[in-house]
Amino acid sequence: MIGVTQEATAIAKKKGWLSPSTKENFRIYKYKFTRNRLSVFGLALVAISLFFAFFALQIVPFPEHIGAFVDHANANNPPSAVHWFGTDNVGRDVFSRVIYCFRGALLMSIVVLAISVPVGTVLGLIAGYNHGRPVDTVIMRITDVFLSIPALILALSIASILTPNMMNSMLAVTIMWWPWYTRLVYTQSSSVAKEYFVRNAELIGASKFHIIIKEILPNCFSPIFTKMALDVGWVLLMGAALSFVGLGEQPPIPAFGQMIADGSRLMPQNWWLTLFPALGIAFMILGFNFLGDGLRDMFDKGGH
Amino acid sequence: MLRFIGKRLMMGVLVLIGTSMLIFVIARVVPGDVAMIALGARATESAREALREELHLNDPLPVQYVIWLGNVLQGDFGNSFITRRPVADDVRQFFPATLELVFMSGVFIVLGAFSLGMLAGKYKNTWVDGLIRVLSYVGIAFPAFVVGIVLLLIFGHNFQIMPILGRISPGVAPPTHITGFFVLDGILTGNFAAAGNAFLHLLLPSFALALGPLVQSARILRSSLVDNSNKEYMSVSTAAGLPPSLLTRKYLLKPSAGPTITVMGLDFSALLGQAFLVERIFNWPGLSRYGINAMLNKDLNAISAVVLIIGITFFLVNFIVDIIIVFIDPRMRIGRESV
Repeated sequence: MIGVTQEATAIAKKKGWLSPSTKENFRIYKYKFTRNRLSVFGLALVAISLFFAFFALQIVPFPEHIGAFVDHANANNPPSAVHWFGTDNVGRDVFSRVIYCFRGALLMSIVVLAISVPVGTVLGLIAGYNHGRPVDTVIMRITDVFLSIPALILALSIASILTPNMMNSMLAVTIMWWPWYTRLVYTQSSSVAKEYFVRNAELIGASKFHIIIKEILPNCFSPIFTKMALDVGWVLLMGAALSFVGLGEQPPIPAFGQMIADGSRLMPQNWWLTLFPALGIAFMILGFNFLGDGLRDMFDKGGH
Repeated sequence: MLRFIGKRLMMGVLVLIGTSMLIFVIARVVPGDVAMIALGARATESAREALREELHLNDPLPVQYVIWLGNVLQGDFGNSFITRRPVADDVRQFFPATLELVFMSGVFIVLGAFSLGMLAGKYKNTWVDGLIRVLSYVGIAFPAFVVGIVLLLIFGHNFQIMPILGRISPGVAPPTHITGFFVLDGILTGNFAAAGNAFLHLLLPSFALALGPLVQSARILRSSLVDNSNKEYMSVSTAAGLPPSLLTRKYLLKPSAGPTITVMGLDFSALLGQAFLVERIFNWPGLSRYGINAMLNKDLNAISAVVLIIGITFFLVNFIVDIIIVFIDPRMRIGRESV
């Protein structure tokens, strides 16, 4: 029996098929993810958000309204067949501007996570593997310091001393984001480091680099990915908050927070100026949160 | 118990020293000349030099830090770059308003999370649970400043049943200053009209702040209630014929409250952050509105004071939360003392 299985595996490998166990894993993952319909809904919302972000200029009805454009004849129009979300106080199409905001918001999430996740992970791995040594203490105490100030306030103060623009708001959010990953990876890796396979690798003389990257890191992937998906929502909120007070993307380029802030001055008469950007950000946040919940279910080892 | 408290306090002080360094670095390693930022481009060179002397800007950074920290420990945060008043005076004036707001949000969060969470746990997988779940998605998806704007609109403009801006109506004299909390001061001095008026002003902004953390804590309480109710000791206690109310209160709620309260303590960080925007929307004369104005004007002394005080507040709240949890859940005493 064993011989047959080995032979089949050998053939499968030779022909480049997925080995049966990988296929089986995939099926289980798919089952766990789709079991909750909200995760699928979240995936759809995220897919639509990505589509909006990438093809904003191609799909919006009035691409020129995204920048500095003035059409006083059509200013302050409520939602209509031509302007689905109405027009703002200088006559720009709110729908076009809201769709374009998806791009900046997504870009911010990607940049922030693309920098803070690797940095935080590497620091967490180093601290976790050297559990109890001075390196651990130094890294984790610095992490504690960053976590001791509410994230939004730290980001606001960093952004405020820099020139207000999109770039610096991303920088500010990145600076306060990595400690969360250090904390997460630290907890995970310091417990993995005690496992026998790590001891074994040490005994046969594997390098520290090999142990951290090949033995410990793969065991940290699922919490990292889950947190990343859930974090996109938080980065979006943070970015919206920064741009709400004017420390994010500068006009005339629109951003969710900035549009909400501008619109709220014309409330309640021009309610559409605030409502639609708010719905836009809620759309993205919900999508990534549902997706994140789905990923968490998917990576959850305990089958319910 | 005492050892645990002492250890936590010591760790906290160490972290706060680090925090003060971080804040100091942010406020001094600004791109550009600090004196230029403080005085504007039109100030004379001698005025700038005088300020550099006052802030010890010509000394090395570590020396500057030690001088700054020494002053801060004596309650001196320097002068505001904008108002030229001592920052400490501003903080004393504005901090009570923020504390009052945050405290009220805390009341909303605790009451709301426990009642909604227990409802959802009791009627799990029914329409009640579903409704609370939908509510929690709303709380997650909409930032506090959007909730604030919506509340302003509904109650301030459409129905006009609530006062919306500031701490107290312009026609009402603030109560005599005792604690700085208008509601408390009003009650203490017997000025119930002012207390009631201040209380109404408090409701909308604190609810806007509370909604997000409230619904999330409710969800966490619900899931720990459901988890614990499936445990064997619950079946045993039920079979032993304990009354349901006692079962819920003593056997189910107590072990389930721990994670919820921990999350509430951590959510407090988000609460303090969002207060910066909510106070701005409701024109609430608190430390956060002061802080955000300081940030937008690059008022470095004021920024560092506000951020440091918020950091200390956050630490104290989580410290209290840790102690509460140890009191509620005896299992934590063993685990924590060895930390």
